[in-house]
Amino acid sequence: MVNSPVAAAPSLAVKPKLGRDDWLMRAGMGVIALYLICTLALPLYFMLSKSFQSKAGEFAGFANFLAYFSTPALFQSIYNSFYIALLTTAVTTTLAFVSAYALTRSGMPFKGLFKIILMVPILVPSLLPGIALVYLFGNQGLLKGLLFGHSIYGPLGIVIAEVFYTLPHALLIILTALTIADARLYEAAVALRASRARVFFTVTLPGARYGLISAAFVVFTLVITDFGAPKVIGGQYNVLALDIYKQVIGQQNFEMGAVVGVVLLIPAVAAFIVDRLVQRRQVALLSARAVPYQPRPSARLDAAMLLWAVLISVFILGILGSCQYAALVKFWPYNLSLDLSHYRFDRVDGGGWDSYFNSIRMSLYTAVVGTIIVFTGAYLVEKGRGFRLGRAAFQFLALAPMAIPGMVLGLAYIFFFNWPANPLHGLYGTMAILVICTITHFYTVSHLTAVTALKQMDPEFEAVSASLKQPFYKMLGRVTVPVCLPAILDISIYFFVNAMTTVSAVVFLYSPNTTLASVAVLNMDDAGDIAPAAAMGMMIFYTNAGARILHGWVTQGLHRRFQAWRNR
Amino acid sequence: MTGQPDESERAPYLRITNVTKTFGAFKALDNISLTINEGEFVCFLGPSGCGKTTLLRAIAGLDIQTSGQIEQAGRDISALPPAERDFGIVFQSYALFPNLTVHKNIAYGLENRRLKRAEVNRRVLELLALVGLSDQARKYPAQLSGGQQQRVALARALATSPGLLLLDEPLSALDAKVRAHLRQEVKSLQRQLGVTTIMVTHDQEEALTMADRIVVMKDGAIEQVGPPLQVYREPASVFVADFIGAMNFAPGVISGPSAVRFGEWNLNCDINGFPHGAPVTIAIRPEDIVLGEVTGDMENSLPARIDGLEFLGSFVRARLATQTPARLQADLSINLVRRLNIDQGASLSIQLPKERIRLYSQAA
Repeated sequence: MVNSPVAAAPSLAVKPKLGRDDWLMRAGMGVIALYLICTLALPLYFMLSKSFQSKAGEFAGFANFLAYFSTPALFQSIYNSFYIALLTTAVTTTLAFVSAYALTRSGMPFKGLFKIILMVPILVPSLLPGIALVYLFGNQGLLKGLLFGHSIYGPLGIVIAEVFYTLPHALLIILTALTIADARLYEAAVALRASRARVFFTVTLPGARYGLISAAFVVFTLVITDFGAPKVIGGQYNVLALDIYKQVIGQQNFEMGAVVGVVLLIPAVAAFIVDRLVQRRQVALLSARAVPYQPRPSARLDAAMLLWAVLISVFILGILGSCQYAALVKFWPYNLSLDLSHYRFDRVDGGGWDSYFNSIRMSLYTAVVGTIIVFTGAYLVEKGRGFRLGRAAFQFLALAPMAIPGMVLGLAYIFFFNWPANPLHGLYGTMAILVICTITHFYTVSHLTAVTALKQMDPEFEAVSASLKQPFYKMLGRVTVPVCLPAILDISIYFFVNAMTTVSAVVFLYSPNTTLASVAVLNMDDAGDIAPAAAMGMMIFYTNAGARILHGWVTQGLHRRFQAWRNR
Repeated sequence: MTGQPDESERAPYLRITNVTKTFGAFKALDNISLTINEGEFVCFLGPSGCGKTTLLRAIAGLDIQTSGQIEQAGRDISALPPAERDFGIVFQSYALFPNLTVHKNIAYGLENRRLKRAEVNRRVLELLALVGLSDQARKYPAQLSGGQQQRVALARALATSPGLLLLDEPLSALDAKVRAHLRQEVKSLQRQLGVTTIMVTHDQEEALTMADRIVVMKDGAIEQVGPPLQVYREPASVFVADFIGAMNFAPGVISGPSAVRFGEWNLNCDINGFPHGAPVTIAIRPEDIVLGEVTGDMENSLPARIDGLEFLGSFVRARLATQTPARLQADLSINLVRRLNIDQGASLSIQLPKERIRLYSQAA
């Protein structure tokens, strides 16, 4: 083979030829990107453009925004939202930090049990604490006297309910920040004879600062976008998320709903961006040589922390317990005998037991389909070759849902999928749109879980597999998926639990055939059937608790089975 | 040199022509050209960041070069994805699949090739025997020692009988003893199979003991290519001389057709084409400096004083002060030190043998 005629060619730029794997992976990424564009980018675009349209559908510039800001009642909601969000952030972050401190830095007993109890609120809709508060401190509440004439309906009730709802989210983040503490720093501090208080302020607190900031932003976002607690316990106290609901469901004023959606989008996106920046620095703080910290026993600290944990547990279990009690009581507060009459959901609004089974179906579909989509997308974006721009764009689409409040997403779906010219219009009112919406709503955390797991895999696996001329999907099936199975299960349980409890996005999208348990709680409460609402809420709790236990059991089984190749 | 029949047989197996790789403004590989013959064991040697791994990954197609051509066995593979090339690879991390047994790891590349199960099994057992791990087939990688894992990775890379074996720092993660042992093992395995092999390493000892030819790289360019002895004896640049082994450097000026001025001494040597009066760097290896039985009237001899002795196990390194600002180091055998009773502060004559002196331009 003489190739002297092309002797000049070698200096030319090389355009890498794409193999079959590259084409397949790019096509796969394209499909998932298209999915995210259809279920996230386009709906949001529709909502944005709607906020600039008149009722007749003509471009109206900032007229809607002007109308919004000149309506004091609506404008007041911005202040209320921030007030509630900031107050809750302060309270929850503090409670979560002390609880995390108790769990990681003290020698108190029953840590495992307390950790489970503190995580319980994640299993229930944000409507549930509100219902419990109505029973405990409402007009006919058991403990109404403790409020000394203050009303639970309003900011007080909202904040208590939001603290209950956000506590586990903040706790998880701060726990992580405190767990990665380096024991060597503590040893150095002790060697320098620093007092316990000094160690706390010079080592513990600075070490956890990024975790604290991150937790604060997460809580802030959760609260400002939540509509469950204000709906149930807010009384006349309006917040942004509630305004969207009232504009759309109550007044059928979609344009104004879109305007409130845009207003709500701003703090949520801002909090999201700051949080991402902070988390990037937390990673840089980690050192591979860190030695895990083992708390030293101290009778006084341990006793104080135990007392703390008991108090928080009483708060959480009290909320849950009173809900369950209220669901069983025949006629509050006049006939306190117990029976199951409130579980006959067919006699009240909300869709009856069908709602419950719809919810289970929807959650299972979300868990299965969502996990497949998310893991495949994360795999392609993480392990694909070249195609930098496409992968960066995909990363952005995958992170964006975190910044989109559920109410905004649901409203955006109405505009996009209910548009008659949309070829996807057929999805409107089906179970599929509920599943799609829920997957998109909870996409980011799942995506990050998958990416983290994939990043822990040796980056050379794919190179070795390619050198052995095996297609990428063989590598994926034989090695990547089995090794990432714990993370995959984590993603599916996350999807399941959230699909069971979510209200905000799906409240705009369900049809008479696809009513959901969480929405039923809302509607029953709205209609004054609070006891059945509590009963349904507790059904969600038991279902999620069961799913969690099953998940833990399967994960443990996997670990035992794969221990042979995990021990190092 | 015209097309004789045996000439085409010895046509290079791998031909790299003008390969350049840039990352933004940074040139990781700068116009690299190199040929590698069939069955050869070539080491890419250089400090970290010199581009040796980048070149290996370009050959594998893992990070394709920005421009330039790579031909393997007469086929232009410049733009092909890894799966369409013909190579096996072993990484520093071994990249063994943690959830597959040793047997399945090695069999991985043999699947989907229309091979019967029995044939696959036979091949795996053959490879296990080849790397001496026949009794470990059912274990998982995490249950093996580092050296054993390395051998599994090697067996897996060789399973499909690739034409080219790429080794990316394969021994760097092992402790010294195991590494020395595996060096021999990998080398004899390569010789036995006759597979063309490229190994990337930053360890000069590894390169010197294993390679047929060493490619010394610096800042994305090739500094020197040659057999180990040649690279060691006749380093092409100050960088190579300094990077491989120990070397004394001293300034000098060309003072005659075969002499260089070193302080007030004229040393006879090959002046390597430098013009008269050119400032040069004189280089000589510590073990090439002769001590003992040297008298002042011998060629290239000069007086020196022992400033210090450093015991390094099998030999002693002496620090020598000469009557120039330059300080020299000389390696002496323990025997010699004992025989001549060399001690600190002693004054004696040393000789810089003419054929061991190398001169480099001072600009470097």
